[in-house]
Amino acid sequence: MESVILDQLKRNKILDLLQQGKRLDGRSLDEQRPLIIETGVIPKANGSARVKLGNTEVITGVKIQPDKPFPDLGDKGILICTAEILPLADPLVEPGPPNEEVIELARVVDRGIRETEMIDLHQLVLIENKSVVGIFIDSSVIDSAGNLFDACSYASVSAILSCTVPKYEIKDEAPVLVEGVTSKPPVKTLPVSVTMARIGDYIIVDPTKEEEACMDARITITTNSAGNICALQKGGSDGFSVDQLLKCSEIALSVGTKIRKKFEQLM
Amino acid sequence: MSEDGIRCDGRRVDQLRNISIKVGVLKNADGSAYIEFGKNKILAGVFGPRDVHPKHMANQDTGILRCRYHMSPFSVTERKNPAPSRREIEISKVLKEALQPALILKDFPRTVIDVFVEVLQADGGSRCAALDAAAVALADAGIPMRDLVSACAAGKVADRIVLDVNNEEDQEGQADMPVAIMPNMGKVTLMQLDGILTADEYKTCLQTAIGGCRQVYEVQRRALVERYFESGAQ
Repeated sequence: MESVILDQLKRNKILDLLQQGKRLDGRSLDEQRPLIIETGVIPKANGSARVKLGNTEVITGVKIQPDKPFPDLGDKGILICTAEILPLADPLVEPGPPNEEVIELARVVDRGIRETEMIDLHQLVLIENKSVVGIFIDSSVIDSAGNLFDACSYASVSAILSCTVPKYEIKDEAPVLVEGVTSKPPVKTLPVSVTMARIGDYIIVDPTKEEEACMDARITITTNSAGNICALQKGGSDGFSVDQLLKCSEIALSVGTKIRKKFEQLM
Repeated sequence: MSEDGIRCDGRRVDQLRNISIKVGVLKNADGSAYIEFGKNKILAGVFGPRDVHPKHMANQDTGILRCRYHMSPFSVTERKNPAPSRREIEISKVLKEALQPALILKDFPRTVIDVFVEVLQADGGSRCAALDAAAVALADAGIPMRDLVSACAAGKVADRIVLDVNNEEDQEGQADMPVAIMPNMGKVTLMQLDGILTADEYKTCLQTAIGGCRQVYEVQRRALVERYFESGAQ
């Protein structure tokens, strides 16, 4: 009961500020929190990144190893993104199987990287239909302060960019690691996810936990380097008007361009 | 797709698959509907408002909505493991969030409305068809609603924006965008996208999908009218 009243008070406060074009932490409506990307933080992984988006913090590691291809996709390597919120990241998170929020988080992050075709999976085939290279991108939220979607996506993209891909040779139809030979991952484009919240009639970029607690609806749009819209997910317990959806796509493209410059520095 | 824009199943680019909806098909449920949407065959059952179990989920201020989207093991070509997959859990969540804005849950504090959707046969666009059935089943259960929820996908196939992507088109296509709207309130309550679209295509695709939703709405409305005003039902 107490929290319901607090949430309502906070919502009123947040809406009052939005009417003046302001937010609780002093940002403008289309401004993200400071983004800090650090790569190579886990030397035992093939690629890794630690990303801070405001007070939200994510560590992503990439592991690359030979695998069998999916039965209907024998001409492509494997790409799997996962995400989890560690119990140390949030007082309300308990250990155990993932709930629907966490599953959605992982699937939206995966969809952004998969649908933009960031990695050329055809280049990861060792023997067609038999043996391919798998890239596993696992994100752990270690501090949860809102907009986990973008934080996990940025950490995943950064970790991929920092990757060194080991070389495998086929001997007796089995993949064998070639020591000391690595290459850059076959990156085709840079996906940037931009998450927005609707509070009342206002669209705000990169919502904090407080803003998420009182938002009406949420949308995550992922764009690629060519300025196309490649993945989208609406969430939250209310909807958007068509005009708002068109505005969101414009914001996703313009904010995405800024973030993409940060990724380009990692290449 | 052929030169004159005829699709693999004989439809035009702006044509929906055949849709039929039957209301009140289950005896035990408080509300129910069965939809055939192309080759999709989907049942939706609604229970509630009823007591919440487990009790800690209950909210003193409002009723809550739960939604389960499930595919039968025999609904697809390769047998599907009956345990809920991550895909089904995600779809359950987006369906719940698509229906929630239409329901007046404040009137039923401490209760739950359960929506169960069973995909008996799947054929692309099953989440939209499931939503269409669920919305009608909620109306059949007599739950107060602000509006119906109507869903339909659009997508990009062979470089053209097409309405209501079927299974083959989804496999071969370039983009798929499921959309749900509250037709009388003009609000989009479900939207997803995978595939690559330019900003212009994004706009066209969204508008095409909304056009499809409006056609679906007419089918839903007719199904409800038939159940309650024409067939002599009480």
